[in-house]
Amino acid sequence: MTHILNITGVNKTFGGLHALSDVNLQIEKGETHAIIGPNGAGKSTLLNCCIGRLAPDSGSVTFNGKNMIGMEPHNINHAGMVRVFQTPEIFPELSLLDNVMIPALAKRDGVFKFNPFRSMIFEHKIRDEAMSTLADFSLDQYYDQHAGSISRGDKRRLELAMGLVQHPTLLLLDEPTAGMARHDTNRTIELLKSEKMQSMTKVIIEHDMHVVFSLADRISVLARGHIIATGTPEEIKNSPQVKEAYLGESDNE
Amino acid sequence: MKGLMQNNLAMMVLFSIVVLSAPIWANPIGANYPDLLQKFAIFGIFAIGYNLLFGLTGYLSFGHATFLGVGSYTAVWSFKLLSMNIIPAILLAIIVSGIFALIIGFLSLRRSGIYFSILTLAFAQMAYSLAYSVLTPITNGETGLQLTQQDPRYLDVLAGVVVEDGLPSTNLFGMLMKANGGYSGFYFAALILILSFYISLKIFRSPFGLKLKAIKSNQTRMKYTGFNTKPYLLTAFVISGMYAGLAGGLLASIDPLAGAERMQWTASGEVVLMTILGGSGTLVGPLLGAGVIKYFENIFSALNQAELIEVFSFMPEFLQNILVFICTPFVGEGWHLTLGAIFMLVVIFLPGGIIEGLQRVSGYIRRLVGFDKEQVNKESKEERA
Repeated sequence: MTHILNITGVNKTFGGLHALSDVNLQIEKGETHAIIGPNGAGKSTLLNCCIGRLAPDSGSVTFNGKNMIGMEPHNINHAGMVRVFQTPEIFPELSLLDNVMIPALAKRDGVFKFNPFRSMIFEHKIRDEAMSTLADFSLDQYYDQHAGSISRGDKRRLELAMGLVQHPTLLLLDEPTAGMARHDTNRTIELLKSEKMQSMTKVIIEHDMHVVFSLADRISVLARGHIIATGTPEEIKNSPQVKEAYLGESDNE
Repeated sequence: MKGLMQNNLAMMVLFSIVVLSAPIWANPIGANYPDLLQKFAIFGIFAIGYNLLFGLTGYLSFGHATFLGVGSYTAVWSFKLLSMNIIPAILLAIIVSGIFALIIGFLSLRRSGIYFSILTLAFAQMAYSLAYSVLTPITNGETGLQLTQQDPRYLDVLAGVVVEDGLPSTNLFGMLMKANGGYSGFYFAALILILSFYISLKIFRSPFGLKLKAIKSNQTRMKYTGFNTKPYLLTAFVISGMYAGLAGGLLASIDPLAGAERMQWTASGEVVLMTILGGSGTLVGPLLGAGVIKYFENIFSALNQAELIEVFSFMPEFLQNILVFICTPFVGEGWHLTLGAIFMLVVIFLPGGIIEGLQRVSGYIRRLVGFDKEQVNKESKEERA
C-alpha cells in the first residue's frame, strides 16, 4: 500500500499548551481512516495543520509526495486534498445550486480565471454535475433556495456535496454528522459508503462511535496531542491504552 | 416579467429604450435639459462601475473619485496634446485610470474590511493633494486644467484641422459634443452608458461574477474551495476603476475642464451613496441611485422660497405659511438635508435600496391583483351555483 498522506513528527503548541506532540500518521490510498479521541485531544488542530490553516511548529506533512506546509489553502485544494468543515462553511446568500457549482467551477477554472463574457446560463456541464450531486444528497428540490435558509442538517449535507463535487483524492471530514438527527446520520453513512465514494481516501474525525465503526477501515486514537494507538476497529476496541484514555483514570482509582 | 428579465436581449432592449427616451420622460419631472441628462448618464456609468466592486465583492472603497479625476485629467491632456476628438481622450482615460487602479488596488487589497476602506481613502486624499498643489505643472492646481489656444494638438495639426478664433470644441470625428443644444453629448454618453450596462450585465451573469458574489458571501470558504481570491478582487477593483476613469473622461469630453475637487473625498462618498441608495449588488439599482442624487442636486438646490409659495398656493394661507416654513430649510442650499433624510429612511426601512422598495410595491400589487382574481372566481362560482 502506498501512503497518500504522511504526517511525521508534527508539533504544535498554543502558548503553554502542547496541542500536538510528535504526531506520526500515515494514511493509505483508498482507506477510510477515522481519528478519534476525547475533546481537546488535538484532532481539529491536526486537520488544520494538514490543510494550511495552521503552520505546525515542527514536523512535516506530505501529500502525494509533495510538502504541504506553507502552501496556500487554494493550492492544497488543487493538489487534491479537500476539507469539509465542522461548522457549516457555505455561501449563505447564494442558492444551493450556486453553492455546489462554485467548487465545480474551481475544479475546472483553477485558482484564477477571468471569464466575464461567459454566461452561467450556458454552463450546462457544471450545472448538471452540481444538480446530480445535490440529488445524491436529496437536496435537489431546494436547489434555488438560499443556502442560509435551510436547516442545519441540510447545511452539513450541502457542505459534503460541495466537497464531493470536486472529486478529491483525499477528503478530510471534520465531524460530518455532528448535530444531525439519527436518520440523517444513517443517510450520511450510506452516502460515504456508496460506490461513488468507495475509492476515495477519507480521513474522518468523529465522536459518534456508531459512525466510526460503520465506516472506518483503520482508526487512530489521539489523546492529549499524542497518537496512542492506530489499528483496525477490532484492535482499537480491545486496546487497553484506548480504554484508559477514554475511561480516564478509573482503573487507577 | 421575471423570466423576461433573465433574458439578456430583452433586458438590453428595454434598457436602451428607457435611456434613449430620457428627454421624453424627463420632461414632466423638469429634468429635460442636456446638462442634467448628461450627468445622469455619466454618473450612472460611475455608479455601475462602483457596484461591480462594492456590490459584487462587498469591498467598500472610499477612494473611487481618484479614478474619476485621473480620467478627467488624462482626457484634458489628450485634448491639449493629441486631438480634440473624444475617442483617444476616452480610451486614454480608461487606460490611465486602470493603471492607477492596479497600483492602488494592489496595495489596498492587502487588507480587507474597514482597513481596506481606510487605505483607499488615504490614497484618495494623497491623490487629491497631489493634484491640488504638488503636481501643479500637470494639474494646474487650484484653477484646474483648461484648454488654451496655444495647445499643440499634434494629431489635429497632422490631420490639418484649423482652429479659428477662440477655443476649439470637443468632437466625435467632427460632430461637436455641444451641437444640438448639448443633446449630441447626451446621446453619446447614453450610448456609452448602454454599452457599460451591457458589460456589467455580462459580468453579473458570468462564472466570474458568481465567484465575486461568493467572495462577498464567504471569502475564507472560497480559499478552501480552491480559489485565489486576491486576483479576483484586484480584477474587480481595476474594472471598476476603469469605469470611473471612463466617467471622468466623459465629463471632460462634454466640458473640457478638470479640477482637483473632482477627486475630493466627498465625491468618493457620493458614489457610495448612489450605490447604496439604489440598491448595491443589483443591476439597475446604482443607476437609479445616481439619477436620484443628481436630480436632487440639480432640481432641489434650484428651488427657492418664492417657488415653494407657488407650489403650496392652492392651500389656505395659514397652512401655506406653515408648510413653506417647514420646507424652506430643505430646498436650495439645504438640499443635502433632504438627501440625508432620504438616505436615512432608505437605509433603515429598505436596506436593499430603491430596488427593494420597487420589488415590495410590485409584490404588493401582484398580491392585490391575485386576490382580486380569486375573489372574482369565487363570486362567479357562487353565482353559477
